[in-house]
Amino acid sequence: MTTPTMAELAAKGESPDVLFWVGCAGSFDDRAKRVTRAFVKILNATQTKFAVLGTEETCTGDPARRAGNEFLFQMQAMSNIQVLNGYGVKKIVTACPHCFNTLKNEYPELGGTYEVIHHSTFLQQLINEGKIKLSDAGSFKGKKITYHDSCYLGRANNIYEAPREVLQALDADLVEMKKCRTTGLCCGAGGAQMFKEPEKGKKDINIERSEEALATGASTIAVACPFCMTMMTDGVKNKEKESEVKVKDLAELIADSL
Amino acid sequence: MAAACLIIHRESLILNMAIFQQILFILTLGAAGYFIRKRVLRIRSNILLGKKNEINDHKSERLNNMLLVAFGQKKMFKRIIPASLHFLIYVGFLVINLEVLEFVIDGIFGTHRIFAPYLGGFYNVLMNFFELLAVGVLVACVSFLIRRNILKIPRFWSAEMTSWPRLDANLILITEIVLMFAIFTMNASDQILQTRVEHYIPTGTLFFSSFLIPALQSIDTSALIIIERFCWWFHIIGILGFTIYVTYSKHLHIFMAFPNTYYGKVEAKGHIVNMPVVTNEVKSMLGLAPAPTTPAEPGRFGAKDINDLSWNNLMAAYSCTECGRCTSECPANLTGKKLSPRKIMMDTRDRMEEVGKSLEKNGPGLNDGKTLLNDYITKEEINACTSCNACVEACPVMINPLEIILELRRYVAMEESGSPAQWNSMFQNIETSFAPWKFSPSDRFNWSKETGG
Repeated sequence: MTTPTMAELAAKGESPDVLFWVGCAGSFDDRAKRVTRAFVKILNATQTKFAVLGTEETCTGDPARRAGNEFLFQMQAMSNIQVLNGYGVKKIVTACPHCFNTLKNEYPELGGTYEVIHHSTFLQQLINEGKIKLSDAGSFKGKKITYHDSCYLGRANNIYEAPREVLQALDADLVEMKKCRTTGLCCGAGGAQMFKEPEKGKKDINIERSEEALATGASTIAVACPFCMTMMTDGVKNKEKESEVKVKDLAELIADSL
Repeated sequence: MAAACLIIHRESLILNMAIFQQILFILTLGAAGYFIRKRVLRIRSNILLGKKNEINDHKSERLNNMLLVAFGQKKMFKRIIPASLHFLIYVGFLVINLEVLEFVIDGIFGTHRIFAPYLGGFYNVLMNFFELLAVGVLVACVSFLIRRNILKIPRFWSAEMTSWPRLDANLILITEIVLMFAIFTMNASDQILQTRVEHYIPTGTLFFSSFLIPALQSIDTSALIIIERFCWWFHIIGILGFTIYVTYSKHLHIFMAFPNTYYGKVEAKGHIVNMPVVTNEVKSMLGLAPAPTTPAEPGRFGAKDINDLSWNNLMAAYSCTECGRCTSECPANLTGKKLSPRKIMMDTRDRMEEVGKSLEKNGPGLNDGKTLLNDYITKEEINACTSCNACVEACPVMINPLEIILELRRYVAMEESGSPAQWNSMFQNIETSFAPWKFSPSDRFNWSKETGG
């Protein structure tokens, strides 16, 4: 597995076709790091000419903006835009819907305009182009998978079908939760909730959502967001179902079947 | 002879009544117009308490939204049962109000069913169609009363649905039922009078109201004229009164849904409104732009009170009909947190009304010692939002409670440094380690050297 950085490529006078924006969760969170590596495995296997920023990447500022700290958000955004524009980045792919939304919808106003795609759309394109060949897809045949919509992909950016099409390539039995697509229930982590305890209530949101996911009888809960991953994994553990039900990112499911 | 006398007497009665009624009608119309105008101007100036925000982009998309979402009720139909019932009232309201045009002309000129001679046989078709729609309105209003008061659908009984919002909803439904009954009674007595008095122009059989004829047949002509006139007056005064009432009620959505869907958000829902004031400061701090020569106006960051919000957020508050679809989809509310997107909109409107009333009486207005944040909406509520956009998606008239929540959070974070402690730590981590968690920035690329996929 090779992971070139923008700096290395620039030193050789090269530029990649696409920048893989890893995100803070994908860089530091142990569970999300496995997703990052799975996605890099796919990028390598499909011979995609990509690079990462490595230590030059910093937080997009999404949680700061959503928690109300506009100064901090714009400081982050401006310095990231300087780096991205410095490398002449045109196209960005990321496995984090929060980074995706911020880079795509909020950076242009601050001087950073790029083609930004989420890894679910990217994977769907690779599958459609025949670049991903699933040798082990049969292992999901007859097994139930349910997909949990990330708010920042779904409602925020109207991406509902790409992740589902990726799952269908696995030949799995895709079952929907009662609340899905436009009415999908949040995992509870958005809007900077990931970084604080929830307010007082009857229940934690991730428990509610995990119950809905478990009610489908699926053996795999597919997610497309590192925060959803944390919340759903915790929820399944809370219900003591972690030995029967796995929470997996789309990239992991594809990488495992290569 | 006696019969002829009676006819002459009745004709003169109608004639005298007509002049008296014309004067009374014009006075009534004028009075209603005065009150409606006053209220419209009040609401307009309340909305203009908000910050300027020029919205003149995406004109065709906005027009399209207004046609599909407001006129076409597109988003209502996500819930098919209430949408169908609501559609009956909506169509009834739009079409039956054409009849009000005839009422107004008749009222001013002392005529009776002025369109009847011109439309001939089509008038009968039209009146029967109106009656059919009126039956639809009746069915829908009764069903809505049952849903609210007997089935007790939870979204009509949650915390912010205190006695006034519940009464408001019931009053509207009951008024509509009574108004429809007035039309039927009027049409039934009119049909009897057509056989007795020349003044009453034949309309042909009006199917639904004709069921009431047996109950009225035995009443003598003069009394029947009084009943017919009473119903006519009751209906038109009812409609005028209702229009005034609507401006004080959640029912204002019947008008405000149109501008609100036009000025609603056209960007991706995930996009948060930028703050150009901050952009300028950040640019000069990073040396990307010269420091502004004239110091910026000492404006407030974010929103503490209604005047810190954009006018379109305030207009949205007047467009809310308290249906609660937002709250019933809110993950925070579903799991028992205090946040309710509907309450955010109701509070914004109630605060506007409070300030507006005070200004009307030359009171302190915004300087009454109260603010939207804290006195109406608490930090506990705004802190619970996951910005998931479920409320925005659910709203049938494109209201965006999330924008208001975010502006309040901005005030708390930037003016008060009063965000929850864990958020302040997160801010600090981003400032020092460039990640929301406390990790060394030099470890950011370690994942590539580790194993486990």
